[in-house]
Amino acid sequence: MQIGVISFPGSNGDHDALANLEADLGVSVRRVDYRETSLAGLDALVLPGGFSYGDALRCGAISRFAPVMGEVQKAAESGMPILGICNGFQVLCESHLLPGALLRNKTLRFHCFRANIRIENASTAWTNALEEGQVLNLPIAHGEGAYYIDTDGLSELESNGQVVARYCEPDGKVSDSANENGSVANIAAVTNRQGNVVGLMPHPERATNDLVGGADGLKLLRSVLSTKGVLA
Amino acid sequence: MSDSSKQWIVEAEIMPKTGVNDPQGDAVLSGLKLLGFGEAGRVRVGKLIRVEVEAANEDEARQAGTRMCDQLLANPVIEEYTLNVMPAQEGRG
Repeated sequence: MQIGVISFPGSNGDHDALANLEADLGVSVRRVDYRETSLAGLDALVLPGGFSYGDALRCGAISRFAPVMGEVQKAAESGMPILGICNGFQVLCESHLLPGALLRNKTLRFHCFRANIRIENASTAWTNALEEGQVLNLPIAHGEGAYYIDTDGLSELESNGQVVARYCEPDGKVSDSANENGSVANIAAVTNRQGNVVGLMPHPERATNDLVGGADGLKLLRSVLSTKGVLA
Repeated sequence: MSDSSKQWIVEAEIMPKTGVNDPQGDAVLSGLKLLGFGEAGRVRVGKLIRVEVEAANEDEARQAGTRMCDQLLANPVIEEYTLNVMPAQEGRG
């Protein structure tokens, strides 16, 4: 299995993703330059964290026009597993591949600590190795991570099971105090209707080994190995 | 620029939609209160984008501005916009 990681100008999580997917998930990886127009040979795709295009206009708004995004759109429609992490999540929202938008944290501070998330949908391409209700402890690093969708959009998400994870207490309780960035309904991760495209603010690719303080991210990333019946 | 077209200034005033939290606006309001502006009420922070547009008339310039906002300048999930269109003046900008 080969996973592509897209490098946009201003991405900074691409190297973490490449190194850790290779070393800890044990898959073959390929750095995909934002100017490329072919994703041939790739089985899955990661849009990494960072500050693509300097967050000009809105986070992710300009990356949508990167040459590679035409292929990403097609790959999403064809069912390829695509994971947007942090800025990658913002890019997927701005590209209309995922619903909603990410706003400034309610604290107006850059949040750089660990957060607990509870898995709400364990059937997506990126969560099928997990269980519903399972709690993961993952690093977060974002200034604009408050998920927003209007009331109608939220009911649609909830009824379609598109909420993938929510910020929670260590015991899995979804509370206001666990929702430090002010996301609507504590939402930390969402998926598209098909369940192949997932976006999340926390960084699973930075938690793939106990050497770096935890391997909960690896539990999530492992899902992709069984998604297409492909073993690494 | 062709003979029939003119330069216009299209200003898009982009604001967070009603219901969308604006912590920046809240922070600005606390600043105003600390400066003694007791009369200050709710604050919302948006942005103003000014685009020079070549168009035959004001209506066309406005239509171009609308398309620009719908496709890029504003994100309809979280923002709403209003447009101001005016003729570009020599030496301005």
